[in-house]
Amino acid sequence: MIIKGKVHKFGNDINTDDIITAKYLVSTDEKELGRHCMENIAGDFASIVNKGDIIVAGKNFGCGSSREHAPRALKGCGISAVVARSFAGIFFRNSINVGLPFLQLEEVDKIKEGDLLEIDLTGGIIKNLSTGQTYKTEPFPQFLQEITKQGGLMNYIKKRCIK
Amino acid sequence: MGYTIAEKILLAHTDKTDIHPGDFIEAKIDLALGNDITAPFAIQEFKKSGVRRVFNNKKIVLVPDHFAPAKDLKSANQCRILADFAKEQKIENYFEVGCMGIEHALLPEKGLVLPGDLVIGADSHTCTYGALGSFATGVGSTDLARAFIDGKCWFKVPQTFKFIYNGKLNKWVGGKDLILYTIGQIGVDGALEKVMEFRGTIIKKLSMDDRFAMSNMAIEAGGVTGIIEPDEITFDFVKRVHSQKFIVHSKKLRTTNYELRTLKSDPDAYYDKIYEYDVSKLEPLVACPHLPSNVKPASKLGNIALDQVVIGSCTNGRISDLRLAAKILKGKKIKPGLRLIVIPATQKIYLEAVKEGLAEIFIQAGGVFSTPTCGPCLGGHMGILAEGERCLATTNRNFIGRMGSPKSEVYLTSPAVAAASAIKGRITHPDLL
Repeated sequence: MIIKGKVHKFGNDINTDDIITAKYLVSTDEKELGRHCMENIAGDFASIVNKGDIIVAGKNFGCGSSREHAPRALKGCGISAVVARSFAGIFFRNSINVGLPFLQLEEVDKIKEGDLLEIDLTGGIIKNLSTGQTYKTEPFPQFLQEITKQGGLMNYIKKRCIK
Repeated sequence: MGYTIAEKILLAHTDKTDIHPGDFIEAKIDLALGNDITAPFAIQEFKKSGVRRVFNNKKIVLVPDHFAPAKDLKSANQCRILADFAKEQKIENYFEVGCMGIEHALLPEKGLVLPGDLVIGADSHTCTYGALGSFATGVGSTDLARAFIDGKCWFKVPQTFKFIYNGKLNKWVGGKDLILYTIGQIGVDGALEKVMEFRGTIIKKLSMDDRFAMSNMAIEAGGVTGIIEPDEITFDFVKRVHSQKFIVHSKKLRTTNYELRTLKSDPDAYYDKIYEYDVSKLEPLVACPHLPSNVKPASKLGNIALDQVVIGSCTNGRISDLRLAAKILKGKKIKPGLRLIVIPATQKIYLEAVKEGLAEIFIQAGGVFSTPTCGPCLGGHMGILAEGERCLATTNRNFIGRMGSPKSEVYLTSPAVAAASAIKGRITHPDLL
């Protein structure tokens, strides 16, 4: 699976209150959540994101709450993938479960705001089309690739468990 | 090589004969929990799946606690979704307003979690029940939906870090200070995707309320759970709250044949890291904006003036927390102009506080005494901060905008420091009153 998009750069420890503040946890509509994505820390973020853009961030992305609204808000505002130095555990599983692609990369500091990235999820290859650099990272484990291929946990379960 | 307690519990809930950190497993859960902001997504996904009945209506718990009693129309609609689903599926562990409390204080009080259980909750502070010697961890709404269908959840088996606490505890220093100290030492991702196992002479003597406070904030260091081996203190608590006779030392875990009395980490279990702390010099601590790891002694923050103090939450809303705060506030008045908001975590705690005269102490001091709710902790209701305001709270998170305006500040601390600070109107060590 190949994803291509413009980079929006964030720092370390971007938490779930940053991604979607609690006052919006009264909606289950992804587009509605997307309108308020990153509102507290980057007020106009939702209005400047184009569909397909990619977030590149530092360590511990998505730390804090278990709110699944976080990866859903990212999808809702058009983000197609997240690349970060590390991911918080519950955000990790929520992103798998809702089908938001993401990859871990150590060299995030070399990627800048506005760069154009091409990500090969299955192969774990990230190409910075703006600088010409290519990075190799760990692809998803097989079990998680299966869930992602099915478009998220519920589709995966439907195929396997629901008779 | 032997197993840690966390590995033993996970293994016991699968069909496997062995387990290793890094393995992906699908395990049978003992309990699945959701609240008014996370269960609506789960119920939506469950209904979309076409499955008509939940896997086991006795193993699901639904608690409207975050924005309940309903703070506005949208929250009321979300609470309604839970109530209707509970009725439709005959979920007996649905706690309506009047019965509900903050979920992570309510479930142990109702005896719903036992040592050795595997518990998932669509709430990050589900790790609280690690204090009961269970493997309890926060998951997302879709994980909850899946569990509604087949009672299972996928996990990547985590490694365990051991944290050993020795020495002695100074006056006013408790579970909240121990965990704030730990997060300050290792950082908000210092235990990322690891089990935090709390050990040592200090832990063995900690009350259940202090253990809950510690395990509650394991997630703030990135921990999957914060587990304490069950001992006599754990079993005494469980015997008091569990509805059936709880036979200690010969009991099998609920879903497996695993023996409860062997529910300890093996002497040769592997720990990826071991931290050892002598806490004898520890003073009451405060986590400053905007990370739980930004920890400083309360005694060094006397210049921080406050607009609001909150005593409550799943971290420190239990009866011993309220007793400690009331002991300090008795006969005193809070600083004029400051708002003190005290929120007992459950109806039982609320009633105890009333009977013991604690509610009167808070009100006479100039504070308010609220029905149980998560309320201000996550910026929901019952004490939101305006631009430029500062709150000292016994809650667990102080990210930007956590309790209201992105231009407000939240400091985190123990009930003792919170109470003393409400009197002075600035952050105060209780000995400096």
